[in-house]
Amino acid sequence: MAGTPFPATTLTAVTELADQVTVDSVASAQASPDQPQPYAALGLKDDEYARIREILGRRPTDAELAMYSVMWSEHCSYKSSKVHLRYFGETTTEEMKATMLAGIGENAGVVSIGDGWAVTFKVESHNHPSYVEPYQGAATGVGGIVRDIMAMGARPIAVGDPLRFGPIDAPDTARVLPGIVSGIGGYGNCLGLPNVGGEVVFDASYAGNPLVNALCVGALRTEDLHLAFASGTGNKIILFGATTGLDGIGGVSVLASETFGDDEGPGRKKLPSVQVGDPFTEKVLIECCLELFHAGLVVGIQDLGGAGLSCATSELASAGSGGMHVDLDAVPLRATGMTAAEILSSESQERMCAVVTPENVDAFMAVCRKWDTIATVIGEVTDGDRLVITSRGETVVDVPPRTVAHEGPVYERPVARDDAAQDALAADGPESLPRPETPSELRAEILRMAAAPNLASRAWVTDQYDRFVRGNTVAAAPTDAGVVRIDESTGRGIAVATDCNARFVALDPYVGAQLALAEAYRNVATSGAVPLAVTDCLNFGSPEDPHVMWQFSQAVRGIADGCAVLGTPVTGGNVSFYNQTGTTAILPTPVVGVLGVIDDVTRRIPSGFAGADGDAVLLLGATREELGGSEWAHEVHGHLGGRPPAVDLEHERRLGDLLAAAGSQGALTGSHDLSDGGLAQALVEAALAGGRGASVTLGGVAADTFTALFSESAGRVLVTVPADGAEEFLARAAAADVAVVRLGETGGDALRIAEVGDLGLDELRAAWEGTLPARFGALSV
Amino acid sequence: MSATRVGVITFPGTLDDVDAARAVRVAGAEAVPLWHGDADLRGVDAVVVPGGFSYGDYLRAGAIASLAPIMREVVDGAARGLPVLGICNGFQILCEAGLLPGALVANAGLTFLCREVVLTVGNAETAWTCDYATGDELLIPLKSQEGRYVAAPDTLSALEDSGRIVFRYRDGAPNGASNGIAGVTNEAGNVVGLMPHPEHATDALTGPSTDGLALFRSVLAGVPA
Repeated sequence: MAGTPFPATTLTAVTELADQVTVDSVASAQASPDQPQPYAALGLKDDEYARIREILGRRPTDAELAMYSVMWSEHCSYKSSKVHLRYFGETTTEEMKATMLAGIGENAGVVSIGDGWAVTFKVESHNHPSYVEPYQGAATGVGGIVRDIMAMGARPIAVGDPLRFGPIDAPDTARVLPGIVSGIGGYGNCLGLPNVGGEVVFDASYAGNPLVNALCVGALRTEDLHLAFASGTGNKIILFGATTGLDGIGGVSVLASETFGDDEGPGRKKLPSVQVGDPFTEKVLIECCLELFHAGLVVGIQDLGGAGLSCATSELASAGSGGMHVDLDAVPLRATGMTAAEILSSESQERMCAVVTPENVDAFMAVCRKWDTIATVIGEVTDGDRLVITSRGETVVDVPPRTVAHEGPVYERPVARDDAAQDALAADGPESLPRPETPSELRAEILRMAAAPNLASRAWVTDQYDRFVRGNTVAAAPTDAGVVRIDESTGRGIAVATDCNARFVALDPYVGAQLALAEAYRNVATSGAVPLAVTDCLNFGSPEDPHVMWQFSQAVRGIADGCAVLGTPVTGGNVSFYNQTGTTAILPTPVVGVLGVIDDVTRRIPSGFAGADGDAVLLLGATREELGGSEWAHEVHGHLGGRPPAVDLEHERRLGDLLAAAGSQGALTGSHDLSDGGLAQALVEAALAGGRGASVTLGGVAADTFTALFSESAGRVLVTVPADGAEEFLARAAAADVAVVRLGETGGDALRIAEVGDLGLDELRAAWEGTLPARFGALSV
Repeated sequence: MSATRVGVITFPGTLDDVDAARAVRVAGAEAVPLWHGDADLRGVDAVVVPGGFSYGDYLRAGAIASLAPIMREVVDGAARGLPVLGICNGFQILCEAGLLPGALVANAGLTFLCREVVLTVGNAETAWTCDYATGDELLIPLKSQEGRYVAAPDTLSALEDSGRIVFRYRDGAPNGASNGIAGVTNEAGNVVGLMPHPEHATDALTGPSTDGLALFRSVLAGVPA
């Protein structure tokens, strides 16, 4: 680059470079109160910058400005969402908290599942990095959520990935989808974590803003629970894992370029602001952390994710009882000449920060040496209430940590429903859309829907993920929920599912968000597990758009009110705003994850027609004419309008209770949730999953065959029971106040629908399995 | 009579060691953990080199692990007739260590591939397959990115002629492996490597079948208890 002041080739140059780093210390900040600072370029508003000056009683140093700007960003501070997210806490009753060991505000929520076991889980977004650099963006999304789970003291046991893309045939989908899938697999597979489920949804609103959400579940003994806090004067702060470099620094390079003029040089190559992952280092870090936990060597722990050391040090100090001193000269670097601001802001991956008592430091270091993990004491807990950071012998940060980590700005953004647009959407119902009528038209529609991009087999994606590793995966995609054994001796395990039909949310954010919750809850119940807790990843457009904030606030209230009915607390999650192309926001996409517990995984309900020929096929739940936002309207007519299906969470709860009770007694031989694509798609998938056809009659389902097949009424599940147990189960459903229709029986090599005709399993399989490989290429030869 | 002791090696980045140890136990043997940095086989009767991404697969899958202190002991032991089984990354390590011929390269589809596959047993006389019969079919998971077995033409001929192709993909190799090869053995029949994962097929609850268990049982027969 032109104008570089440094010779580019010799080692001497590196030394010179390092020596020329200007340290903007607290003393120099006091001496130059009027020095202009690039706070606006770092994303801080005038009043936010003024508040920082007020807190500190002087201008911030470069390092302090870097810390505040990144910690007060929307991503870290939740400044636009905080006032709404409080509602989760306000609606969580004492009864719901009974099994909750850690909730919102911790790295991840933790719930007790019995026998001394606890489970921690969370879903988080990595949308924008994955658009810029699909492979690394998605890979580090997995890495980040896994470290959140590790920071609770848990062993990560499973991952899953809810994904959203533009239309399957959009040119950019061919760029981002293979890269994102490959990144998730490349990172997760190398960590040895089974990928047990997720979603792949195509919709035009995501064409310029794909969504990559990553879920991780961890298991721990309740006594191993670790929280992020730094207490105990004299305790050491140890940074361990990877070295710290210039990757993922993003906006803080504004400060760097001011310092350097032009910042290319040996060891200072400008790096992309998307982080680069090293899953091998993370795998070793997992084993190292678990050994440290089991040896009792950790007082508090925090992962380094967004905002790097800025976040880890300020959060640890803020949550603890004392102050903290950190010396940046001790931080192992992988680049030369890094400024204090850069070291504090670096988002280099695979790093953790632990608080360790002085007498345990040697033992801590020995465990790290065993795993060849770099570990360095970078500071200690101090008396007082200041976070003090030094660099090259000078104090570069001296702040009250709470003002950085927990007392950031809070915005009451304008919230306003765009009545004209929303009313027009509601008025444009699906009633007038042409429908297939004759048996041959209906038959063709079933096949077309089976091959639709949003309904077709996801094997092209999931075949790139390891689902077997660790030998505890009892069910993985395409089952409704992933089921993972936790205790080999008792068979205790968990089920987890994520869902969101964003079209429903667009039609009515409150109801749509509850439908997402209902579906995830039902998917867990369909596996035979008892739903226990909820996490969410709230993907929305710009919070500066009042209509988006209306969608957001409605969705939050929908989920929270729904959780109160279901008795499942929200234990944590993530908000992702600014998902838009230009000024056009994505469909509001509050992805809801539900975690359930199952006492004995051998008693899970298998997926699809898994039993024997001759089993009775029953449809639980009522079918109404509900096609607003349906996959049929979207796929066949490109239509979105009308009302979403009605949601009845009391019914979902009764349905879940019925499934759990019947499942634990082995009364059900198979099950499958009804959602996108309605009964038609559920029958197709159940038949293909079990490799077994069925003969069914739809007369008792709805007034007409089309509605019976393609309506997306909520609260419905397909189950099979042995023929001799059918009457008993019908009575049981009636007693539980759950509507039930006997459709027919399993058997044969075709789906025989009396009102439609026969669909051979081979023909259905070809339609269902062909779509993704046809678009993205065959995985195998 | 004490149980047969089967060592399971853990390298940094090994993933399927817990599964391999479980399979060893289910088969009725004692699983003995072995550490990559220790040049000590702890007196085991057989060794499993499990799957994963040892050393991150950096440089080349299995290349760095093949030089680990424990592998020097495994190479010496194999020469003395110690039964050694390499699964997936373990197979790659055994090839890199020179215990087995050929190499594993990127799948023809160039992606990671996780699928249940059917293998046919081609040689039921090795230390790890004597509990099978020739022609037996196994339904077990394959999960790898560099799983395509290749070897020089004369090596392939020699393997074919001497019956050293232990497992073949019944329905064609999804990764494009030469001659449909999923697993091979050395001349003595004590060292076997295969890409698919028999340790993931020992319990119908968590795997597609229990067809993989006989590998771990086979080695019990050949080892004096």
